[in-house]
Amino acid sequence: MAKPASALVEVRNLKKHFEVQKSFLGRSSTLLKAVDDVSFTIFRGETFGLVGESGCGKSTIGRTLLKLYEPTAGEIIFDGQPITRLTHKEMLPYRKKMQMIFQDPYASLDPRMTIAQIIGDPLAVHNIYRGKDRVDRVKELIELVGLKADHLNRYPHEFSGGQRQRIGIARALAVEPEFIICDEPISALDVSIQAQVVNMLEELQERFGLTYLFVSHDLSMVRHISHKVGVMYLGSLVEYASVHDLYTNMQHPYTRALLSAVPIADPDTAEGSERIHLQGDVPSPLNPPSGCAFRTRCPHALHRCAEEKPALKDSGNGHLVACHLLD
Amino acid sequence: MKLLQVENLKTTFHIDAGQVQAVRGISFHVEKGESIGIVGESGSGKSVSMLSLLKLLPDNATLTADNILFDGAQMVNTSQKAMRKMLGRDIGMIFQDPMTSLNPLFTVGEQIIEPLRIHQKLSKEAARQRAIEILRMVEIPSPEKRLKQYPHEFSGGMRQRVMIAIALSCSPKLLIADEPTTALDVTIQAQILDLMRDLKDKLNVSIVMITHDLGVIANMCNRIIVMYGGTIVEQGTTREIFYKPRHPYTWGLLRSIPQFTEGEKKKLISIPGSPPDLLRPPAGCAFTSRCPYAMKVCEKQPPQSVALSETHQAACWLMHPKAANHMREVIG
Repeated sequence: MAKPASALVEVRNLKKHFEVQKSFLGRSSTLLKAVDDVSFTIFRGETFGLVGESGCGKSTIGRTLLKLYEPTAGEIIFDGQPITRLTHKEMLPYRKKMQMIFQDPYASLDPRMTIAQIIGDPLAVHNIYRGKDRVDRVKELIELVGLKADHLNRYPHEFSGGQRQRIGIARALAVEPEFIICDEPISALDVSIQAQVVNMLEELQERFGLTYLFVSHDLSMVRHISHKVGVMYLGSLVEYASVHDLYTNMQHPYTRALLSAVPIADPDTAEGSERIHLQGDVPSPLNPPSGCAFRTRCPHALHRCAEEKPALKDSGNGHLVACHLLD
Repeated sequence: MKLLQVENLKTTFHIDAGQVQAVRGISFHVEKGESIGIVGESGSGKSVSMLSLLKLLPDNATLTADNILFDGAQMVNTSQKAMRKMLGRDIGMIFQDPMTSLNPLFTVGEQIIEPLRIHQKLSKEAARQRAIEILRMVEIPSPEKRLKQYPHEFSGGMRQRVMIAIALSCSPKLLIADEPTTALDVTIQAQILDLMRDLKDKLNVSIVMITHDLGVIANMCNRIIVMYGGTIVEQGTTREIFYKPRHPYTWGLLRSIPQFTEGEKKKLISIPGSPPDLLRPPAGCAFTSRCPYAMKVCEKQPPQSVALSETHQAACWLMHPKAANHMREVIG
């Protein structure tokens, strides 16, 4: 993809800490560092894939970008404009440009609203397309995602998972956003339906020049849809590269282990492939290891890894890696 | 040696809206010591067919079959009560969600010891020793301490190890695993699959694994059953299904996973439409409405299963000799 790219979303040293386990009198509390000092840039018209295991903070990043969570520290710049410290009211015009598609199509649609109400809701919030225009716009949207206008008077329970996800996509597209955060949009769907939804997201991107943040734990789907990929572990970005660089020249031991753990859907390749076995579980984010968070499971951990947290460094070609082994 | 043989199994749920024909006449067998994978979309009948074998169906379900032979014994009319004696002893089961399949009010030890006391009539102390042994076998560190802990003190992967420990505690002949790794992260999934493979060889247990992940199957199973709309559309060895698939649904399933060859990225090929409504199953082949190669006969008559090799069968009208011309036309 050799087109001149301009940054749409820039994230600088973003932190999101949650206070948990408050003591009885509220004097002491533990901090859960869900996102700890993460920086990246998403370019216009591209898809940035964010991968990692559960609890690594990938969904929190998505929600913090939309300011559904108030960031603890750091800067979010949308289209050249810092939005980190905007009030709810000041944020409204930006919310129109940033939309979200959620993971669970069963929980993200209100069961008591008709499909027309669900898709028309963002139009009402932003007070655009009034009267008959709104009816037309809703019709246009439902057809855009491959459903029919006579579906509009039905309720969510009458639809399958894949159809519901299409309705969620139509709702996100209603206000003509530039940037859509897709938070595990396909993980609740069957394989054949996943392909339908992913193809549709790609078509819509081409047609409307959309920019996506695609949060997922499915590494092969992220490889398919993304232009740039970030790998997260326990609240930090450990590797960031273009999709080609990342999958052909992965550098961080965690990225390698994560990719080698994906079962290959090909019996011949599966037989010959060598797996990197990670021992144990992801440590608790309430009490993360000192230094590099991955060192407790890393097969190559050094002394230094326990003492010093590695910074993201360019290993050439804009391929960023946070690992002491590469020094 | 056949461990399990099922012929013409049908399961129907009676609900207010009518009869849901969840499983519509499936036949298959499981050899001793082999691992079989069942793939298909949600609602294709994979889980219900297994629950039917175990007689774990709700009261509104009816089950018929010509034959269910387990280790030589006829089980079609076995009562739920008699079945309870076999569950856990001869057949172990692992469920998808390790968070909900363990009882949060009992320690892990109590839950492992219970089947040992009931089925193997072990004394308290012997059962405890055996439980420690089993936990060690599923690679849980410091098992003596872990026995006294409750499920919430275990991580997802560890809970699934405990489930495997319980399922294998009485050395069953058959282990049914219903999406055992779907709720787990990939690195943990890899650990659990390795463990299951090791234990299968060590204990010589047959495994029936239900999954929608073709990657998991390619790594775990030597044979595959593909289900669609309550029927088996194709079955064969893992290599036959991956490299010589004959049913259009299997083709679609295999093509909808992202492929990466050098250079250009391919568009994902999806299967249009959605699965059939089993309240009103189609008269012919269940896949007709989504099949790009459908013919007139497909709508009217369900296709018969055709044997392609000793191990490979597919049920599709395209394999009928008269369809050869049509086949040439559509494929070109």
